[in-house]
Amino acid sequence: MDKIKNILMVGVGGQGIITASDILSEAALLDGHDVKKSEIHGMSQRGGSVFAHIRYGKKVYSPTIKTGEADVLLSLELIETVRWLSYANEKTKVILSETKIQPQTVKEYPESVIDSLKKKFKDFYLVNPIEINKQNGSHKVLNTTLLGVLSNLLEISDKSWEKAMENLVPKGTYESNLSAFSLGKKLFS
Amino acid sequence: MGIIKLETKDKKRKVTNNRMTNKNLLSGNEAIARGAYEAGVKVGVGYPGTPSTEILENFTKYEDVVTEWSVNEKVAMEVGLGSALAGKRTLVTMKHVGLNVAADPLFTASYIGANAGMVVVVADDPDLHSSQNEQDSRHYARAAKVPMLEPSDSQEAKEFVRYACELSEGFDTPIFLRSVTRISHSKTVVAFEPKLNYEHDKGFEKENIKKHVMIPAFARQRHFVVEDRMKALEEFSNRIEINRIEKGKGEIAFVTAGLCYNYVKEVFPEADIFKIGMVYPLPMRNLLEFCKGYEKVYVVEELDPFIEDQLKARGANNIVGKEILPVTGEYSPELIYTAITGNKFKGMEVGIKPFARPPMLCPGCPHAQTFNAMNKLGLTVSGDIGCYTLGTLPPYSAMHACVDMGASIPFAQGIELAQGSEFKHDVVAVIGDSTFAHSGITGLINAAYNKRRILVIVLDNSTTAMTGMQPNPFNGSTITGEETVVIDYQKLAEAIGIKKDNFRTVTAYKEEIISETIQELLAKKELCLMVVTGPCLIYKRKKEKNNG
Repeated sequence: MDKIKNILMVGVGGQGIITASDILSEAALLDGHDVKKSEIHGMSQRGGSVFAHIRYGKKVYSPTIKTGEADVLLSLELIETVRWLSYANEKTKVILSETKIQPQTVKEYPESVIDSLKKKFKDFYLVNPIEINKQNGSHKVLNTTLLGVLSNLLEISDKSWEKAMENLVPKGTYESNLSAFSLGKKLFS
Repeated sequence: MGIIKLETKDKKRKVTNNRMTNKNLLSGNEAIARGAYEAGVKVGVGYPGTPSTEILENFTKYEDVVTEWSVNEKVAMEVGLGSALAGKRTLVTMKHVGLNVAADPLFTASYIGANAGMVVVVADDPDLHSSQNEQDSRHYARAAKVPMLEPSDSQEAKEFVRYACELSEGFDTPIFLRSVTRISHSKTVVAFEPKLNYEHDKGFEKENIKKHVMIPAFARQRHFVVEDRMKALEEFSNRIEINRIEKGKGEIAFVTAGLCYNYVKEVFPEADIFKIGMVYPLPMRNLLEFCKGYEKVYVVEELDPFIEDQLKARGANNIVGKEILPVTGEYSPELIYTAITGNKFKGMEVGIKPFARPPMLCPGCPHAQTFNAMNKLGLTVSGDIGCYTLGTLPPYSAMHACVDMGASIPFAQGIELAQGSEFKHDVVAVIGDSTFAHSGITGLINAAYNKRRILVIVLDNSTTAMTGMQPNPFNGSTITGEETVVIDYQKLAEAIGIKKDNFRTVTAYKEEIISETIQELLAKKELCLMVVTGPCLIYKRKKEKNNG
């Protein structure tokens, strides 16, 4: 594979973007790719907008994705999807977990975000987190299910995904994460 | 001397070669810690500050090393110098603004030199992700006459630490390693090497006062040594592998360093590139020679025109840099591409304007009450660095100045001085516990000594919260979690000369009591110290989790 894969994960501080992006990066690495990942974190980001760029392929230079060049945009929050759209093009595949996080200072949450997005993208995967949490029996592994959805769009081996999870999820949660991942894999396959 | 030895070593060093036999994804900060470990660095000191914090946090996990969170960067630099002169390879870490604090010892450390390697890592923050300014630390290398290396990814970050140790020893100088946020916090592939069992043959030499005691007579002589060293280093800079030319198709040419190298490679993969690994002193002879070969050469660097200006000053008249590239903010591949070609990258939009998510005090932060109280009382609040800067913005709107660490207390004294007999006694200095230990105490001593009449409030949340819960001299543990002394505010106040009745401790949870105490102390029209205690929520949760 000569073409670099660009995945942008976005959400709000505290939603678990960093761990989810670590798992993807590790899986890509285990599959033999060169990987670069860039994120902005730090305490000033608590409750703020958080993102992680993951790029993998034969040889990756920039740790950041260029404007309009994300292959996949995985978003954990509605309005964050909109905020980072400049990295997408009409071929970008969008995975969106339908969560709204409204800061204290904001009076009104913008309407019709999903409809506007649906019109723009051919590949649009909408995930209902309440449903998923019900099926997983826990809200703690939602992001793993999203990674499962994502795995359908990338050519990373199951073995590498599994090993990456084994390496990175908290002790004693591997089994629950594994089944959450399979759920996501089945959802849109 | 050392230079010869280094040259042979350097020929064996292939920085760019593919050595993907063992692959690990490491952030730049983790890689620097790993590099220090592999290089046999024994001592790690620093003060936390984003984006540099995780270097020492990771280094302290390795076996056979000793580490400390120093109370501030000046102290870290001085401890580090002592350690290097005593014969142990030493790592000193800080963020860019921390280097301002450490600048005093830095300039003289340059004269004194180092026995074992002394590597000072400074992490700049282009785009101010979490800083009060955007300064370019490379100017310090030039001003203090200390060499500086700049890696372009985690692999180089790791390798450059070891190389820096060798250069530091070979040239008898402290040496800088410059990072930026997007190196420190990006993860890239790193190959591990075994730890070097390094032993320096020299310990601290008591008799060497001409090198270690910088009275004018000795320092005057050392300045010549420093100037000679810089000349030798510049010559050396022309011969090392980390300053290299990558030949492309010859259609477009760049001079670049650090992270920007990867950005240039991303958008101009076939360009001719002079990649600089040692950003000070520059390999000037080779650079000028390189530049001669082209009609135009683009210099790409974050933040200031550091390389560009030096090239221009040495007569390169075909340089294009800051005329088309910004001196502010982070660069990106498309920014460079657009500046040079005029072509823009296009992204999607849906016509919805996303609302902002400004950083805020965490919901339930114990110190929100104090900010609310100060707001309601209509006080003039001189603030400080840390989570508490978030008290500036709505809904608190209760901070009116913030300059640097420790500035709150002297800044308030400045207001008092300026107002003189008109002083309204409505000025409050607000500072966090870690910042108070870092550089607030000296300001408080100044206030007592000069009979100032301000109220100083320490918001003590039991940790250095903003940078991720590092311990400090007010919470009773060290970097490794070992129990230690806790500074007693009351005794400190008494020792400084603050009247017993002018000192109060209150809990952070009762706004009414906070408000009453502030008013009571302000009415005294004398120097007062008030400590508001309420542990950081996240710290508390973390601690409870660890205990049970």
